[in-house]
Amino acid sequence: MNSVTEFFSPLLHFFDRISPQMLELLRTSFMETLLMVGISAAVAVLVGIPLGVALVVTHRGALLECLSLNRVLGLVVNATRSVPFVILMVAIIPFTRWVAGTSIGTTAAIVPLAVAAIPFMARIAENAMREVDRGLITAARAMGASPLQIIVKVILPEALPGLVAATIVTVVSLIGYSAMAGAIGGGGLGDLGIRYGYQRFLPEVMLLVVLVLILLVQAVQSLGDWLVRRMSHR
Amino acid sequence: MIYIDNLSKTYDTPHGRFAALTGISLDIQKGEVFGIIGPSGAGKSTLVQCINLLEKPDSGTIRIGDQELTGLGEAALRRERRRIGMIFQHFNLLSRRTVYGNVALPLEIAGVPQAQIRPRVEHLLGLVGLAHLSDRYPSQISGGQKQRVGIARALANEPDVLLSDEATSALDPETTHSILALLRDINRKTGITVVMITHQMEVVREICDRVAVLSQGKAVEVGRTLDVFSTPEHDVTRGMVSAATASDLTDATLEAVRQTMQQATEQRPDQQQRLLRLSLSGLSDTGALLTGLAREFDMDIHLVQARVEDIQGVAVGTLFIRVSGTPEVLNRAVQSLAQRQIETVDIA
Repeated sequence: MNSVTEFFSPLLHFFDRISPQMLELLRTSFMETLLMVGISAAVAVLVGIPLGVALVVTHRGALLECLSLNRVLGLVVNATRSVPFVILMVAIIPFTRWVAGTSIGTTAAIVPLAVAAIPFMARIAENAMREVDRGLITAARAMGASPLQIIVKVILPEALPGLVAATIVTVVSLIGYSAMAGAIGGGGLGDLGIRYGYQRFLPEVMLLVVLVLILLVQAVQSLGDWLVRRMSHR
Repeated sequence: MIYIDNLSKTYDTPHGRFAALTGISLDIQKGEVFGIIGPSGAGKSTLVQCINLLEKPDSGTIRIGDQELTGLGEAALRRERRRIGMIFQHFNLLSRRTVYGNVALPLEIAGVPQAQIRPRVEHLLGLVGLAHLSDRYPSQISGGQKQRVGIARALANEPDVLLSDEATSALDPETTHSILALLRDINRKTGITVVMITHQMEVVREICDRVAVLSQGKAVEVGRTLDVFSTPEHDVTRGMVSAATASDLTDATLEAVRQTMQQATEQRPDQQQRLLRLSLSGLSDTGALLTGLAREFDMDIHLVQARVEDIQGVAVGTLFIRVSGTPEVLNRAVQSLAQRQIETVDIA
């Protein structure tokens, strides 16, 4: 019994070196991450899902087939998704300054995060909505439903479990992207890990940051899985 | 009720133009159950989807009652579609709505006030016998029950016409029977005009008053179900009827019967042995066929093989019988069969 305790004691005391100030810093960083991810995810859902709907309904043979619009939207989405996030972040600084009034800090970091997440969300939302059985759309058309009614009453509700899953994937990706927000002074957990854990040689801080991130992603994923299970009736 | 005039529809496929429908003209009367039957690829589904203009025909007109549908704008067409209910092979129920929610959907789409939706849905679920399942989700009920939900949903806006696109093709025979009985019942009670698309002859036989046979995009035969199936004129119709009713003797059976006949001839040289194929059609008088023959003529009748289907109360099909008796008696018996419009052929 004693030997077991002895074996683990270095691990148990690993975090002893973390000061209360450091914990306070961790708390602040955690809140910054939540803020950045929360707001950018909300924007991604609010803009990305309508964009996904636009992609779905303008597709060949779809409800409001419009191939030219579909191609333009697809091009914009692909182009945005192709740019590495670090580059996107600096490339859109003028836009960020116009939206957030500043180009550094947590608020400023939300802008590029949202810009990167919108097309990401749109694509996976599009895929989720394409899974909706075409027969349901035929049935709704036969009932005399308008395209808007079909979107609101058939496509979106039927795809809801898929859309929730898509949102979870987006949130998890955003948690990862937000680590890079430090590059423009955005703060957050990733930034804390880099500045203290890596640059100041404090491995305990790095480990703590990583553990918190793992728990956060795990919690988000579990919540999402639970919601999807509750919602789907297949 | 439904007037289809010179309807044509072609599709562009990678292999060139494909004529799905060519010059279809049909008049479907108010209150009848009208069948459209044909082998797969005959254009049945395209035709039914043209009736409510889910598919736009290339040419021709569709009129329902006094309203011509072809040429209507989208908004007006959507309103007209509410007068046409539709049920589907794979039911097409929304998985995330309960049975109640699925039946309520067309009412919500039509803008019926919430207060009127509940009593209407409850009435419809009662009509199809599913009042007790109103809170279930489609995944929790059987195929037959799903189709009942589909029927309730199709009737929600009190349509004049019900289109059924292979509605029983995914169901087992017993369930098919109960769904057809339900449709027949609704048709009789409400006078709704029903158009049944199917490839199953038993469906047409069971409930359709009239039928159109579709082959390669053309209506090759139209008429009363009984007439079409009892005296089929087109090859496709004949093929369907014979697939469902006629049967040929296998070589083995034929050989065995020949041997039996040989032995019988050796034992009773005075008696003639004949193997007859009797084809019963709608024109045939089949009343007391076998017992009548045995009573009237002094001959023995052995039933070899028979396949007879009931088409709305009339027997249609083929019988193989081996008869023995004196040549004169047998000749008179065959003549009597001919008088009863039973086609009789000597096989051996």
